[in-house]
This record gives sequence, structure tokens and C-alpha cells, in this order.
Amino acid sequence: MISNKELHDKYIKKAMMPSILCAGCGNGTVLNATLRAIDVLDMDLDNMVFVSGIGCSSRLNAYINADALHATHGRALAFATGIKAGNPKLDVVVFTGDGDCAGIGGNHFIHAIRRNIGLTVIAINNYTYGMTGGQMSPTTPQKSISTTSPYGAIDHPFDLAELAKAAGAPYVARWTIAHPLQLQRAIKKGLKNNGFSFIEVLSPCPTSFWRRNKVRNFETIYNWYKENTVTIKKAKEHPDKIPIGELKNIDKDEWTDLWKSLVSEVRI
Amino acid sequence: MIRISEEYCKGCGYCVFACPTDALKISNKINFRGVSIPLIDEKACKMCRLCEMICPDFAIVVEEE
Repeated sequence: MISNKELHDKYIKKAMMPSILCAGCGNGTVLNATLRAIDVLDMDLDNMVFVSGIGCSSRLNAYINADALHATHGRALAFATGIKAGNPKLDVVVFTGDGDCAGIGGNHFIHAIRRNIGLTVIAINNYTYGMTGGQMSPTTPQKSISTTSPYGAIDHPFDLAELAKAAGAPYVARWTIAHPLQLQRAIKKGLKNNGFSFIEVLSPCPTSFWRRNKVRNFETIYNWYKENTVTIKKAKEHPDKIPIGELKNIDKDEWTDLWKSLVSEVRI
Repeated sequence: MIRISEEYCKGCGYCVFACPTDALKISNKINFRGVSIPLIDEKACKMCRLCEMICPDFAIVVEEE
């Protein structure tokens, strides 16, 4: 297994480190898991493009020593679709957050899944709009406090992984930052999957979400992600907990392959 | 051998909570950021390297001697 130092020297832009992310932010763990998955698969960084929208999660591609595209808010998947359609040989990875993916980019999200275009989407769900100061996001759990829900949220939250599954994504997984090895394996499978792979990562935002909900201890935050999640095998016994694991893994015709076969069919 | 970069560590302590053998502990040692750097117990380490995988800042390195 590659050590953190080798990983840092091989894949990270040194001038950008240490990262701007807050202490206790889970985004760095997701970056770590992604780079480890890329290293295990021995993928060529020159053949990869990292696309992101706006938000803390979308800072991640700036740290990787590869081509990156920082797109407009919510439109990361639209830009990524363009890149993949333009050059299907590229491996396109999208870093997105809950506000970016489910909030403003919700429609791009379901339609990218509907087309089943070969992207690997890593959605970092921290239950809040962290970068803009902790407003309520579409995934904020009920009764939790944010700057726009000071008496507790009453909205029903989105379940991103279930949404992706229902929309027809061939690979869907959900893990938390407290499960780094499983997360790394899920990203590896997602990168290998030909179609649209969706990996949701539950990640803490100690500054904007947990601080407002009166949790100021990193150990309590870390344990919350361990205690309030359950693997899908045992999900029926614990209906109040969040099911984590590989939710779906099937083969499905990929859009750029279908496009290629269509072009060869109709070309005179 | 466990090494922690004082320049990169932000003191979140996720490595300490993730460690199954208590080889890392919260300490009073403070770095230039004013955060606590974990205390290392080399003998307790079983080389599972979970701390390396969970570290959000690439600050911790576990290597065989």
C-alpha cells in the first residue's frame, strides 16, 4: 500500500498544500481515498479530468496534479457530460457537494444519470451549504439547526443515493469518512464501472453544521458517523439509521458507446 | 514507524479515534497552528494504516522500519 508521503509527492500540487479546508473537514479524507483508488488502478493522470462545481467539496480538484475544470454552480455534471461526449477516451471524475448536486444542479444530476454517461461522481454530503456560511441544504436532516432554519429544519431531506438508484444509475454506493477503506474500494469500483457511477460520502462540516447543532467535539462528530450508520445487510433491523454500502452494481449501456454505434450505423 | 508532519496536521484527531490499538493519543504537544499533535506509541502500532487513510491532510505516515 502506498504511503501518504508517496501519495502526496505523486499526485498533489505541493504549492497548494496545506489545504484551506477546516480542521475536522472530511473532504481531505475523500481526496485521500480517491487518490488511493486511482493509484491502485494505476490510472494515468494525463488521461483524467477532474470537474467540480462550487462549494467546499469542489475545492478538491485544485489539489490534484491533473487537468481540472472548476465549473459554475450546479453545472459540474453538464460540463463533465460535454468533456466525456467530446472525448470518450478520457476518465472524467466529478467532485460535487450536496448543495451543488442536489440543490442547484438537481436537474443536471437526474438527466446525467438518465443518459448513463460514463462519469464517476463523488458527492460529498455534509448536510449544509458550508462555504456560504451554513444555510439549510436539500439534505439537511429534520430538526437540525442552520442559519436559515434557526428553530430546526422541517423540510424532508433528499436521500442522494436512493435518488441516483431510482433514476437508474448502474453503480451507487454510500459510505462515510469514518469508513476510509470501504470508501476507497467503492471509488475503485466506480472508476472501473463503464456507466454513471455515483458514490455518496457522508462527511462532517464541523464549522457550519455541527457547531450550530451544539457539537463542538471532534470525537463526538466522528462517533456520530460510526453510530448512526448501518450496513445494508442489517438495515432492516435498524430502520432509524442510515444504510451504507454498495446499493447497486449492474451493467448498463453507456451513452458514448451507444453514440459510437449510432454514428457507425447511419454514416454513409 | 509513525511520523506526523507538524506543518500539515490540523489537530482534528480523526487518526486517534480511528486507531484500533490506541497507538495514537491526544497530547498536550502544540504545533505552530496552536493545535494538539497526537502522541505516538510505536509499540502498540500493528501497521493497519487506518490513520493514514483517514487523515484529511496527508500529515501522517506509517512505514516499516
